[in-house]
Amino acid sequence: METPRETSAPPSDREPHKTPNLAGSSPRRGRSSLADSSGTGRRGDAIFKFASSGSGILLLVIMAAIAAFLTVRAISAISADHGNFLTTSDWQTQADPITFGIAAIATGTIVSAVVAMVIAVPVALGIALFISHYAPRRIAQALGYVVDLLAAVPSIVFGLWGALFLVPHMLGVNAWLNQYFGWTYVFHQNEPGTQPRSLFTVGVVLAIMILPIITAVSREIFLQVPRAHEEAALALGATRWEMIRTAVIPFGRSGIISASMLGLGRALGETMAVATVLSPSYVINLHILDPAGSTIAQTIASQFGESQGTGRDALIAAGLVLFVITLVVNGGARMIIARRKEYSGADA
Amino acid sequence: MSSLATSSRSLGSSLTERRLPRWMPVANLALAALIAIALGAGFGFSSKLQWCLIGAILFVAIQYTASALVEGRRHAKNTVATSLVWVAFLLALLPLISVLWMTISKGIGVINADFLTHSMNGVAINQDGGGLYHALIGTLEQVALASLFAAPVGILTAVYLVEYGRGNRLGKAISFFVDVMTGVPSIVAGLFILSFWIIILNMPFTGFAGAMALAILMLPVVVRSTEEMLKLVPNELREASLALGVPKWLTITRVVLPTALGGIVTGVMLAVARIVGETAPILMLVFGADTINYNPFSNPQSSLPLYVWTEYGKGTDQSQARAWGGALVLIAVVMVLNLVARGLARWKAPKGLSR
Repeated sequence: METPRETSAPPSDREPHKTPNLAGSSPRRGRSSLADSSGTGRRGDAIFKFASSGSGILLLVIMAAIAAFLTVRAISAISADHGNFLTTSDWQTQADPITFGIAAIATGTIVSAVVAMVIAVPVALGIALFISHYAPRRIAQALGYVVDLLAAVPSIVFGLWGALFLVPHMLGVNAWLNQYFGWTYVFHQNEPGTQPRSLFTVGVVLAIMILPIITAVSREIFLQVPRAHEEAALALGATRWEMIRTAVIPFGRSGIISASMLGLGRALGETMAVATVLSPSYVINLHILDPAGSTIAQTIASQFGESQGTGRDALIAAGLVLFVITLVVNGGARMIIARRKEYSGADA
Repeated sequence: MSSLATSSRSLGSSLTERRLPRWMPVANLALAALIAIALGAGFGFSSKLQWCLIGAILFVAIQYTASALVEGRRHAKNTVATSLVWVAFLLALLPLISVLWMTISKGIGVINADFLTHSMNGVAINQDGGGLYHALIGTLEQVALASLFAAPVGILTAVYLVEYGRGNRLGKAISFFVDVMTGVPSIVAGLFILSFWIIILNMPFTGFAGAMALAILMLPVVVRSTEEMLKLVPNELREASLALGVPKWLTITRVVLPTALGGIVTGVMLAVARIVGETAPILMLVFGADTINYNPFSNPQSSLPLYVWTEYGKGTDQSQARAWGGALVLIAVVMVLNLVARGLARWKAPKGLSR
């Protein structure tokens, strides 16, 4: 419906542009309309190209400004720091000798993200495979929509649900893990029976939050697997699982990695869900069932209200660390995808 | 069953290989559920979560054993994979449904005309009543301001990437940093505006400051979706227009952009749906208020996600009920935006384009 109208639209639209511009200078009609359009075109083109490239450059400037401003404030904070910024666990920005460091909060960030990834990636791949290769066609599309909608549920809602619903329900699971898997150190509880506002619960909430995004991206990839590959595998007598292992997974590997990295980025930077669920403390505690530890984003959100001056700068320094971590994760994902793209292009 | 048991696994021909009957998974599921319930009740596990997990593990184990006995190892592996995929799907649905169910069932009781048209001005934390009108106003204004900046800049950037910057250095750099920007956590965007606008320029906490952070979060999403849409516009349209002597910028504004308009609008709406729920930058930059403030350029405002956060933080039964109400309104806004955007995408999908 658009196509025919649009192609006929420009010539008729060109007339009003021509008249005010060059009406006086060129009274002739035939060739002049070409000259006119190139006249307005040249100026219009220049302006339009300037505007669009300007927007692109503005985007680059914003990115540079983020890095620059965070760095400036972070330097002023770190120079006021009486502890070592990288190895101090404590976060004392109100006390007299200001001491703070990212050791505990960076550890907490990574631990909770790792827990989330361990849970979410296999489950998300399962859902993606279910939607792309197992579910009946008609249901599959509806399920795809549902997953997309769930990706849009705001993080604060997950936080509310995590704090008021999941935390009480995790008590039993925590006790069980501590009883039978306490020997693994990770699942050992120092004080059994405490409220499970722990990094483990945070990891579970984060896993649920990043499920939809990982599922959505990897489902897209799985749907793009050439049918010929799949049918060839089946024709050779492969079972459905063997077909997936030999045709679908190799094709989708870079997609799976990028989907996981996207999820990881979300998990690392998630703020409100962590802030509602966790009862924070600034110690490194790798018993992930204990209510201890904190993450960078959560620290920034929960400390912000009571921080002034250097305290705020200290939070900005922590934010810079988070920025760098997510930059590395996302950059890594991009590089993997770029390399894989070349490879699969040569292969196909 | 008996015929399956008597004929041994000596058969080599794949066409007549032993297969389990089609109802087998259902029977196994029932069996696993029974054992799980027996175990759960027997050991007195309080959490239904554990019952489900035990049932899931049992189901996979029973499926494997049955399949390995009758069909052989390769098929057993296949059966396990199928069962795992199903289990993953069903288990994952549980929390997601639970989130929606909790929000709707707990939020619906709070929502009434008063809740939607009143602010929290003068409402004590352990008092019923109060509402989120001030937060609704704040969200609308902040998101509108953010979109006013991010939508044009994002669309123009996408135009540059598709129409001008293909393969050149600037185009590649912009494309890379759009990806990087997508990964910037919302709290970092908030910190940037904090350091630049509030600490260095010494501006007050306003809705506008929050809108700037939201715009940063929105920008890459708009660029990416618009770029995808512009790439779908067939080159024949551009060539036809250029061949008629239409200058490039008119070709873009009169031919390319209108053709992709539906998709672009959808992308912008999905980006809006994403930033509506952002809490962290609002918390740092808009600061929150209990009263109605129509002016986003002076004094703190509130916003829906921030409202949920502050009401949750107050910790009383009444305030938590309000938090659920706010969460429900927020989810409703996001879902409506999503559904409208997707409906629009379907309705306005470029026709006659070979996808």
